[in-house]
Amino acid sequence: MSTALDHIRNFSIIAHIDHGKSTLADRLIQYTGGLTEREMSAQVLDNMDIEKERGITIKAQTVRLDYKAKDGDTYTLNLMDTPGHVDFAYEVSRSLAACEGALLVVDAAQGVEAQTLANVYQSIEHDHEIVPVINKIDLPAAEPEKVRAEIEEVIGLDASDAVLASAKSGIGIEDILEAIVKRIPHPKGDRSAPLKAMLVDSWYDPYLGVVILVRVIDGVLKKGQQVKFMQAGTLHLIDRVGCMRPKIEQLDELAAGEVGFITAQIKEVAQTRVGDTITDAKRPALEALPGFKVVQPVVFCGLFPVDANDFEKLRESISKLRLNDASFSFEMETSAALGFGFRCGFLGLLHLEIIQERLTREYDLDLITTAPSVVYHVNLSHNNGVLELHNPADMPDANRIDFIEEPWIEAVIYCPDEYLGSILKLCQDRRGIQKNLTYVGGRAQITYDLPLNEVVFDFYDRLKSISRGYASFDYHQTGYREGDLVKMNILVNNEPVDALSMIVHRVAAEARGRHMCERLKDLIPRHLFKIPIQAAIGGKVIARETIAAMRKDVTAKCYGGDASRKRKLLDKQKEGKKRMREYGSVSIPQEAFIAALRMGDEG
Amino acid sequence: MTERPPLGLYIHWPFCVSKCPYCDFNSHVRDEVDHAAWRETLLADLRHEAALTPGHELTSIFFGGGTPSLMPPATVAALIDAATGYWPVADDLEITLEANPSSVEAGRFADLAKAGVNRLSLGLQSLDDDALRFLGRAHGVAEGLAALDVAQGQFDRVTFDLIYALPDQDLAAWEAMLHRALGFGTTHLSLYQLTIEPGTRFATMVQQGGLLPKDADEAADFFELTQAMTADAGLPMYEVSNHAAKGQESRHNLVYWRYQDYAGIGPGAHGRRGGMATMRHKKPENWMAALARNEHGCQEETVLSLRDRAAERLLMGLRLVEGLAIPDWQAAYIDWDRVDRLVIQGLMTRQGNHIAASANGMLLLNALIDACFKGDDDGR
Repeated sequence: MSTALDHIRNFSIIAHIDHGKSTLADRLIQYTGGLTEREMSAQVLDNMDIEKERGITIKAQTVRLDYKAKDGDTYTLNLMDTPGHVDFAYEVSRSLAACEGALLVVDAAQGVEAQTLANVYQSIEHDHEIVPVINKIDLPAAEPEKVRAEIEEVIGLDASDAVLASAKSGIGIEDILEAIVKRIPHPKGDRSAPLKAMLVDSWYDPYLGVVILVRVIDGVLKKGQQVKFMQAGTLHLIDRVGCMRPKIEQLDELAAGEVGFITAQIKEVAQTRVGDTITDAKRPALEALPGFKVVQPVVFCGLFPVDANDFEKLRESISKLRLNDASFSFEMETSAALGFGFRCGFLGLLHLEIIQERLTREYDLDLITTAPSVVYHVNLSHNNGVLELHNPADMPDANRIDFIEEPWIEAVIYCPDEYLGSILKLCQDRRGIQKNLTYVGGRAQITYDLPLNEVVFDFYDRLKSISRGYASFDYHQTGYREGDLVKMNILVNNEPVDALSMIVHRVAAEARGRHMCERLKDLIPRHLFKIPIQAAIGGKVIARETIAAMRKDVTAKCYGGDASRKRKLLDKQKEGKKRMREYGSVSIPQEAFIAALRMGDEG
Repeated sequence: MTERPPLGLYIHWPFCVSKCPYCDFNSHVRDEVDHAAWRETLLADLRHEAALTPGHELTSIFFGGGTPSLMPPATVAALIDAATGYWPVADDLEITLEANPSSVEAGRFADLAKAGVNRLSLGLQSLDDDALRFLGRAHGVAEGLAALDVAQGQFDRVTFDLIYALPDQDLAAWEAMLHRALGFGTTHLSLYQLTIEPGTRFATMVQQGGLLPKDADEAADFFELTQAMTADAGLPMYEVSNHAAKGQESRHNLVYWRYQDYAGIGPGAHGRRGGMATMRHKKPENWMAALARNEHGCQEETVLSLRDRAAERLLMGLRLVEGLAIPDWQAAYIDWDRVDRLVIQGLMTRQGNHIAASANGMLLLNALIDACFKGDDDGR
């Protein structure tokens, strides 16, 4: 039987990385008896290795806790763990839409961190009741009163009732649970109205098929029910209804206000769209829930196997990952330099890194990633329409192009004052337009308009390195603007190397080209002849380096006992050649491509 | 002209007084050696090889090591006697022995000559005392030159080794040393650029940053100077690191480079026997035990594929200034387009099926061999 609305609380946890979100979640599960001590592995909710390592959540997770409050009643608490990165902003917004409140966890020693702000404001936008929790109060450096004042000053929240806690030592856990019950409003909804449930997230489980995380807004979801996904327009038969504690528990139904999961014999995550409205097929809701969006990849790159024989394995692995993550796209691509691979689209750079890392780690693939690209709008001359371009290889001839538009973003960067100067310089260098600069409690908040293509080119890495990791960065796309964009080719011994061509702003081209030539000069081994390396736009060379011819490569001693060894060395050399590609009779080791593509903007 | 294919015999004596920091040869330091047992065991190993190579003509014997000048001359004599009894012998049979240029060993040169050795290869290594210390050699320059003098009095042919392009050697110093070396009147010289071999003490020093080998450009300058000076002195290069007056080339080593058959006995010795690669047990004790067990010291006998033989014949043959003629069976493993391109670049020469590295090409031999050898075909 489902729980009465006024005994349900749906909430999320907002915290800066390292401020103790996962530890607190684990503690809440443990306190309410969700798992025994033995079953608690470190950070239960982040169940992917990468999530654990990076301390970020990629997929929304949920756990249902039964809590017997001091008033004697038992409440159902649903903790929604939300994706914690800007790449997944839409997913975050759907998770937040499924809650009525949030715990704001702030480290008692470190105070409010910049990253927290963005998430808090998002939560406030969803009309959430926010319960501040000052964590790690047992640390020697803890200054709870100072932090309390900071929360009020910086965020503008009343922190007089903030809960003092230490998730690690188990201090204040009951107070937190009480605060959730007393202060976070219960969900509203009408059990008897036509079914309206929000698809919050979905993932592929090898035993259950696609598992869908739902929040029921109105009506009841039951096993055996025929439902309709209103945005997708598909019909499905519900075969399981349940909740996570965090172990799966099957239920008969989920009613208005509740959070749980369903399965409906769906094979691919791609069939389920985050934010879709699930309704009853026979008695449908009149209108779908607001806020649905189809997410589009914004960053593209090529993924190639280092060993050409791994292509099929890569295809299989990408297909498998796609089962669980419908937000990235892929299609086959061939490159003269790198062979067969895939052009993949991602929600952002972190998303790209995650997919790349999972392929490498979980599927044991050695990959080459080409330079990330954004989607350009190429307006063809003579009103021949607009071409969406995300691969430099597809760039039409200059005379067919009227003008090119590129995506821009509004970026918000928070950082300690001391790094402000170098961060402003970085933004200026990346063609940024400063929009705002304010100070929030000893930190600067900088707002910039930036072209996305400057950001995908290692902006985040640079930002982290110049601010020693203290700067945080948030962005959203603001639309397309015309830009003076050109395709830059890299020529080795006068032959263009497809994998290294890129679309750049004309102003940045020379520096980028020079840097690439310098790097390649060090990466390509000397040959028996000298090798020119050039960067060119169209027919115009904008940077040039020359690799001198090899002068000496001979073994001093080779007698009767050495024949076998030298032959084996020769074979090894030949084997190494297989990992090289030839351009204008120059053998370029694959490592050189990898290094050149990974290089970043160190110059 | 004989119908019999030539055969070189290599005899390995694995013991040294101490191990040099650049040396990656199969050498061992032992307190005591049972000379009677070693003589009998080497003779047994020789007997085994002789039985498997009938019909060859013995053209050379080479005692290498280790330090074969530490062998009792009686053992040397016994091995020479046995070998010349097993095979028909060429009129100009060359018998070389490698020697350390110490005063102790110089005292045995007369006995070694009496045993039949007619060519001595002296490990002089340098004409600079600091360099000798750096190379871990026990002898000094004066002692070495005295040994050379003794050797020249005892043997028809004497050659010696020098190691050059040491990390702190400059071009002028090498020029002076080589000039002096060319004046000693030997008709053969082996001039090796210092090579850091994996597993040696020098390799460890390089890894730890204590030793900085010369870069390829500088090493090339040293090589070119060496070629010019030796050619002027009438001892031109005939192999990458070997120089001789006409007719004074090491016949034994030519067997390797011309990819003819050679028998290798003693610990770790390699041989080529009719398309088969033979390898003796490396560790002296294991080799002894194998002989006691099997009456031969072989650890491995591998039939080489046509492809592997083509590779070896190419990589050995191109080391010679004379180059090599490619027979039909080998031609399929040669990338002739590449050869022709290298000819245009001036790095190789070609007359029909005869190819050779040019003077410029010799410096880039590894790259040339890699370019010319077509190894993917596997005979298809």
